[in-house]
Amino acid sequence: MRAIVEKLGALTLGLVREMGHMLNFLLYALYIIVRSPAKPFHTLKQIHFIGAKSFFVIFLTASFTGMVLGLQGYYTLAKFGSEGMLGSVVALSLIRELGPVLSALMVTGRAGSAITAEIGIMRISEQIDALHTMALEPFKYLISPKLLAALIVLPLLCSIFDVVGVYGGYLVGVKLLGVNPGAYFHEMEKSVEWKDVYSGIVKSLSFGVIIAWICCYKGYHAGHGAEGVSRATTAAVVMSSVLILIWDYFLTSVLL
Amino acid sequence: MIKMIDVKKAFNGQVVLDGLNLEIPEGRITAVIGPSGCGKSVLMKHMIGLLKPDSGQVIVDGEDIVPLGRNQLNRVREKFGMLFQGAALFDSMTVFENVAFPLEEKTSLSRARIRDRVHEALEHVGLRGVDEKYPDELSGGMKKRVGLARALLLNPRIILFDEPTTGLDPIICKAIHRLIQETHARFGFTAVIVTHEVPEIFTLCDYVAMLLDGKVLAAGTPGEIQRSADPRVIQFIRGELEGPLHFI
Repeated sequence: MRAIVEKLGALTLGLVREMGHMLNFLLYALYIIVRSPAKPFHTLKQIHFIGAKSFFVIFLTASFTGMVLGLQGYYTLAKFGSEGMLGSVVALSLIRELGPVLSALMVTGRAGSAITAEIGIMRISEQIDALHTMALEPFKYLISPKLLAALIVLPLLCSIFDVVGVYGGYLVGVKLLGVNPGAYFHEMEKSVEWKDVYSGIVKSLSFGVIIAWICCYKGYHAGHGAEGVSRATTAAVVMSSVLILIWDYFLTSVLL
Repeated sequence: MIKMIDVKKAFNGQVVLDGLNLEIPEGRITAVIGPSGCGKSVLMKHMIGLLKPDSGQVIVDGEDIVPLGRNQLNRVREKFGMLFQGAALFDSMTVFENVAFPLEEKTSLSRARIRDRVHEALEHVGLRGVDEKYPDELSGGMKKRVGLARALLLNPRIILFDEPTTGLDPIICKAIHRLIQETHARFGFTAVIVTHEVPEIFTLCDYVAMLLDGKVLAAGTPGEIQRSADPRVIQFIRGELEGPLHFI
């Protein structure tokens, strides 16, 4: 019995300690952004990597999400004879929920895993130690530009997701299933409020922090060898995806 | 001068440094030898503050660096240059960018001046026309030389070499040793070399310290070490299988 309690205690303590480390990591990265900002070129490079290079994936996911929303929405609404509402259903689900969450999940899979692998390899090949020995702050070169880039890029990708998704829904709803195009956009305009857009942006901003934070942290503390990096990458993707969904629930309950 | 007093370090309960005492004389080349896994690299990482000991003191120029915070530690690290075992070049940068990096970040030199300094440093280690190559396009020996050029560039007073010749062919080994000797004669830095190149290293260094089980087993000039009365030292430097040390 005692052994079980001891094990549980050690596990809890370890978890709390890890959470403390992670919070410290984030606060220090934010501090470095303010105190010694990286050269704009470094951040720009990350914006290109996390943002521009994710465009195609976002475009593809968004258009199919919009299309399936159009399809599902149409058949559900048709039962009540209110197909005209399709525009507002598609737009609200995208802007409030699916846009921020799905774009964040796609960026985690595409860019987050790469961030962890890159930093993890720098850790195991002593490149991070090399920065230390040159009396240079690794956070300035490795962490802060990524955090800043994710903050800038995620709301933009989310907006692209929303717009592409809305047109995906339009394609299926209007062009394929014959909903009135005027009704599609008019209902949308009537039901979408500024608050919805705003909450979507706030969500994607915070998801940007989560992705950069978790993926950088896991890479920075990768274990030994190739296995250490692969484990860190898996953990980073799983953890940030789960955290995005949990945080999304909390944010929704606050913002709604 | 670097002095380590009663330094202890354990990883996950496994003791690596066990009350180690060592003094590195200023302006000389000191070699640290010993069987694999005896804590040589760990020892070196303590000297530059990459690792903190569980107990004990690491004194650099009269100052204990163990309790220092990030900023103060960076001030101490300005005195150091380090050549890593795998060279630790930034693999997303070209050779030129790698060597120029510390200059760009730490000095306000003009672009042209940086280019001259980088080319001078690369030529000094015998490399030409590799500016645009990436580290993974280079051979092991070339990587080490780029790493050496990068370490030398800011004229540090202390340079740590972590196995500078491991995995290289005998001729490159000799070339790197000669390079260390020449640059040392020219700049007069304090050098610490962790190495397995016994007995070749004896012609290069002024002092030798042999580590065993996290402690300094013997220290002295190469001559003194070679004449040691300790059978373990003799067995190690002769590379004999039979003797008091058992590795397999």
